[in-house]
Amino acid sequence: MSIWGGPVGLGMRRLIFDEMTCSDGGARLAYRQISEWLKWSTLERLRQSATEAEVLFRRLGITFVVYGDEDGTERLIPFDIIPRVFSAAEWKRLSDGTIQRVRALNMFLHDVYHGQNVIRAGIVPDDLILANAQYQPQMQGLDVRGGTYTHVAGIDIVRVKEDEIYVLEDNLRSPSGVAYMLENRQVMMRLFPELFSEMRVAPVDHYPDVLLRTLRDVAPPGADEPTVVLLTPGASNSAYYEHAFLADEMGIELVEGADLFVADGAVFMRTTEGPKRVDVIYRRIDDDFIDPLAFRRDSMLGVPGLLSVYRAGRVTIANAMGTGVADDKSVYPYVPEMVRFYLGEEPILQNVPTYVLRNADDLAYALEHLDELVVKEVHGSGGYGMLVGPASTKAERQAFRAKILDNPSNYVAQPTLALSTCPTLVEQGIAPRHVDLRPYVLSGETITVMPGGLTRVALNEGSLVVNSSQGGGTKDTWVLEE
Amino acid sequence: MLSRTADQLYWMARYVERAENIARILDVSYRMSLMPGDSSEGDSIWASAVQIGGNWNEFNGRYGTINRHNVIHYLALDEDNPSSIFTCVHGARENARALRGSITTEMWESLNATWIELRDIDVEGLAHASYQDFFDWVKERSHLFQGVIDGTLLRDESYHFIRLGGSIERADNTARLLDGKYHVLLPRIEDVGGVLDYYQWGAVLRSVSAFRSYHRIYRNVIMPDRVAELLILRADMPRSLHACFDHITETLDELCGLRMYECRRLAGEVHARMHFGRMSSIFESGLHEFLTEFLESHGQFAVQMQRDFLMIT
Repeated sequence: MSIWGGPVGLGMRRLIFDEMTCSDGGARLAYRQISEWLKWSTLERLRQSATEAEVLFRRLGITFVVYGDEDGTERLIPFDIIPRVFSAAEWKRLSDGTIQRVRALNMFLHDVYHGQNVIRAGIVPDDLILANAQYQPQMQGLDVRGGTYTHVAGIDIVRVKEDEIYVLEDNLRSPSGVAYMLENRQVMMRLFPELFSEMRVAPVDHYPDVLLRTLRDVAPPGADEPTVVLLTPGASNSAYYEHAFLADEMGIELVEGADLFVADGAVFMRTTEGPKRVDVIYRRIDDDFIDPLAFRRDSMLGVPGLLSVYRAGRVTIANAMGTGVADDKSVYPYVPEMVRFYLGEEPILQNVPTYVLRNADDLAYALEHLDELVVKEVHGSGGYGMLVGPASTKAERQAFRAKILDNPSNYVAQPTLALSTCPTLVEQGIAPRHVDLRPYVLSGETITVMPGGLTRVALNEGSLVVNSSQGGGTKDTWVLEE
Repeated sequence: MLSRTADQLYWMARYVERAENIARILDVSYRMSLMPGDSSEGDSIWASAVQIGGNWNEFNGRYGTINRHNVIHYLALDEDNPSSIFTCVHGARENARALRGSITTEMWESLNATWIELRDIDVEGLAHASYQDFFDWVKERSHLFQGVIDGTLLRDESYHFIRLGGSIERADNTARLLDGKYHVLLPRIEDVGGVLDYYQWGAVLRSVSAFRSYHRIYRNVIMPDRVAELLILRADMPRSLHACFDHITETLDELCGLRMYECRRLAGEVHARMHFGRMSSIFESGLHEFLTEFLESHGQFAVQMQRDFLMIT
């Protein structure tokens, strides 16, 4: 997930789109009941519910809340009890748009690792793919089941106006956060059953079921009752609770690299009843660590020889190896073109306008407008190595200008967006706070978007930073049925 | 079940049991050291504690002098001693942390609370308070943990591997304790039945919570051969070798189902010796020799068990 830095300038404040309240002060249709509910609830009552929510989180979270290393205390990401709501029509567009995008990205990945028509047609420059660190030559010519590379995708979305929705980033490797979506919903149903009976909120609880079905769909041919496992880097990983939670919900084993071994051209896990054949590995570890024989020799997390079994088609790895080449920031600007190229359709969801600084024109524009733009390193993530123009000092901009000129290809720039806001319970009362959204797209024999997702909210006034490490929280995301 | 999960359950249980047994060894040494005798005897009591519960060379290398303070520090709180109470509780807690999905919340909370409290205890504070309060606390925490297991955990494979770990560790410790104390007491064997025997063997009995049981069963003065019988052959004495192997063989039967494993055969051999053995013949061939041989075959069995179930090669 990327960070949207800095407070929005005062000039922009007036233009910010609030998802509940129209400019005339009335509530938008999808929020009608929420608006009424907030009107009739005292602040005291809401705060009491927020406290109850925290208690529930600690209790529901017993099997998977992250425990700090030292004293075993729980770390919870702040949760806001006011849900974010999408109407059926709004959701249809989001859902169609993300599905369209994931279909195109899967076709792109297949193409990259086969004929590379996309390069020959001049859609994507060849060095962006072939010289990309995320490109896996071992995948070249390999056929994966159903041509599906990215079985679980998280598409980060921001909204700027009623109809202006952008894809900020595609996450095609091993997107996390889905446990919050499920946990948030459970807590909301416990706290506010009356809201659920008034509003027809599409359920998301079946996510683990759909995920398991997706994973079984892509098992190697011949595995009638496929054995699926979830491969985790282990308890020290920050998303470990989610790994444990999902494995538990799906009723599959949560394995570490050392639990698996390769013998006779197949993958097995060590069990108390002897070796058991494994057909599908839902891996939550990075490509580089998956097989020390093929990638990083120092990896203690992976399974020696796994890649050779994978290449022989005797085990499925989900997501496939080498998907990172499609969610890289340097490739991102080309995704709308991919949609047109592979599907012959117009993209339903737009990209954030992006200046690719390896292009001379874009570079010139960006250098002129550094104080308005967000400049990011193409391979960076987690907000490192970026400049947030409106929040930067002159000295910072000057230093960054030098870095850009040193290697323009390493950077892209985007306008600072005024993210939409949602009503949020904060210290001062109920106030608008900026939000983003990550819906989850599952691709097996069919392709499904969960009606909901992870809404992250920047709890500090004016902040666009939704990351939990910097005052970000989460909200339940409601999709209304027709 | 994943072998790693079984392995973690097994070691979690062993660590808890070992922490309790180290506390018991320290407890009996402490009681013995309070008895009249010259200081060289006091030292030999603490030296035997190191021999039973730790590693002699390691202790000598880092502490040099044998005395109460050093031995208690080494066996209770030394972070670098792989079988100190501190290390054992930490090991149990770390295994439990990785097992959060396979154990009950109560189990985790009980172990975690023990760890948090233990972390803040230092050796000076221990000396100022009461050593025996500390030993009692460790035993209580272990009992609480076992009670929580009995009261909350589903009787499935997890439960069996925990039971297996506890029984294997306990048998090992009882044999070591008996053998170690037998050594200390050996020079005094001419005083058999004397007052000193009463206190010294009495301390051994108390350390395995068997003082009252002894009197109930034998209704007689404390005699070393009866103490040995109680701790080796009596099936109704919970910490005896016989009782431990009753548990081990029962648990293995649950785990093996219809399959025949080498470890089950080895356990059966050891069990038969406890079940059909006679104290007189054990003493004839020598208690120390018997215990040495027991520890060896017990170790072989434990290794084989890991091979059979935990896929550890």
